[in-house]
Amino acid sequence: MGEGFPTPARHAAPAQTGEALAARDRSNSALVRVRGLRFARGDRVIFDGLDMEIPRGAVTAVMGPSGTGKTTLLKLIGGQLRPDAGSIEVDGQSIHRLDRRELYALRTRMGMLFQSGALLGDLTLFENVAFPLREHTRLPEPLLRRLVLMKLEAVGLRGAAELKPAQLSGGMARRAALARAIALDPMMVMYDEPFTGQDPISMGVLVKLIRQLNDAVGMSSIVVSHDVPETLGIADYVFIIANGKVICEGPPAEVSAQDSPRVRQFLDGQPDGPVHFHQPARPIADDLLTPSKQRGRGAC
Amino acid sequence: MLSDPLTRLGRSGIGAIAGLGRAHLLLASILGGLLEALVRPRLVLAQLFNVGVLSTLIIAVSGLFVGMVLGLQGYYVLAQFGASESLGIMVSASLVRELGPVVTALLVAGRAGSALTAEIGLMKTTEQLSALEMMAVDPVRRILAPRFLAGVIAMPLLAALFSALGVLGGWFVGVGLLGVDDGAFWSQMQAKVDFRDDVVNGVIKSLVFGVVVTWIALFQGYDTKPTAAGVSRATTRSVVHSALAVLGLDFILTALMFGD
Repeated sequence: MGEGFPTPARHAAPAQTGEALAARDRSNSALVRVRGLRFARGDRVIFDGLDMEIPRGAVTAVMGPSGTGKTTLLKLIGGQLRPDAGSIEVDGQSIHRLDRRELYALRTRMGMLFQSGALLGDLTLFENVAFPLREHTRLPEPLLRRLVLMKLEAVGLRGAAELKPAQLSGGMARRAALARAIALDPMMVMYDEPFTGQDPISMGVLVKLIRQLNDAVGMSSIVVSHDVPETLGIADYVFIIANGKVICEGPPAEVSAQDSPRVRQFLDGQPDGPVHFHQPARPIADDLLTPSKQRGRGAC
Repeated sequence: MLSDPLTRLGRSGIGAIAGLGRAHLLLASILGGLLEALVRPRLVLAQLFNVGVLSTLIIAVSGLFVGMVLGLQGYYVLAQFGASESLGIMVSASLVRELGPVVTALLVAGRAGSALTAEIGLMKTTEQLSALEMMAVDPVRRILAPRFLAGVIAMPLLAALFSALGVLGGWFVGVGLLGVDDGAFWSQMQAKVDFRDDVVNGVIKSLVFGVVVTWIALFQGYDTKPTAAGVSRATTRSVVHSALAVLGLDFILTALMFGD
């Protein structure tokens, strides 16, 4: 794995060491197993032989530059997209071999926090959080109300229960979506770029909530993000993906200590390196000196 | 160079056929979810309000004015042949057979159909449909099927409202303003408008238009590219395709229903 980039968990030790045993334990208790995943959109190959094992009960970060397919990976794990080759197992079930009923049954045990929040626009926060409970349970109304208020309390939005999504700030919308994602007490929650566009206070609240919810409820969390300090701060295990493969994995401390140029460029935010600042193009002089027939007038 | 236009033509042809296939698959899924929608009447009632009740004003006003124009034009033509007493039958037959179902469908496509397309398209753009799927809720059954049912139920009711107010508009102009005999207006209408041939066929047309207009609106929203421009184009396509489908189907249905 990792196109020649050594990964701490895999290259370091023979079978008898504690680290190898820990790796084997982790493999046995993997919640999500990705094997030889290949996925392309048209001619663009997004994953080409991706292998991952996401552990149970931990906060796992999947990081990488924009456009590396992190959100696509979550959609593949959730069964919203089908891979071209390879397999994805969630809790021991090969997700793309399930029929609709089985897939929906599995999804009731998965929560997903979308980047935009994806709250239902015509419902109040209370009704948004109550939505999965109303759809999948037959709880009496007083019990359902208590559950919803407890979920909203957990994300600090009990006082905003009657607001509509359009009345919320970005951070509040994401917290409300988080309350909805955990409404059914899922075994795992997938977070799609939870920190993007957040102010420092909202970001701090979200970081704390993800860690606390994971530990308090005993669920597993997959955090897809390119916000390095926040994500490394709460993750138990980190994958960095680029060019369709995992280029580095391990606990945050080990990943941070990696000296691979590609990993360092991403973690340190260097503008140029193995991932070039400039898109491939002909020499700039050619562009500037040659009148182009191809350039159309922009429309907005 | 010659192959470019041909390639584009071929590509757009394949795209159109593929779109037609996706539309029919969606219709099959919606029909499969109708039973579930019937079991949850509150969802359908909420959409009946959006599609039906909120369209009543434009339907009522349009029906009234169309009837008034029919009364006016009909009187001028019939008066030339000394047959102005037949104004009632002319107005009512025109409305019940043709103008009621067709103009109502066009108005519903413009008001409720475009709104449905924009709503579903925006739900797709803002990932609400994806969120429903991830909550193990089928968006076709939960969101689309109740809207489809509401559209099919609302269309004949709105067409009936259109025709009724159109007749009143024709009566107001013919009898109230131009002096046509009140008794002749109503009795001719009662004698000549056939319940089965005219009213039932008009209702059948409305039901067909309800299916087609709502189907097109929902498909365009569901199939939209999840961008602002995509939703805009889908909304335009929804109205244009619905209008063309209604006019084309009206010709076919009229030929089948009223042809010898």
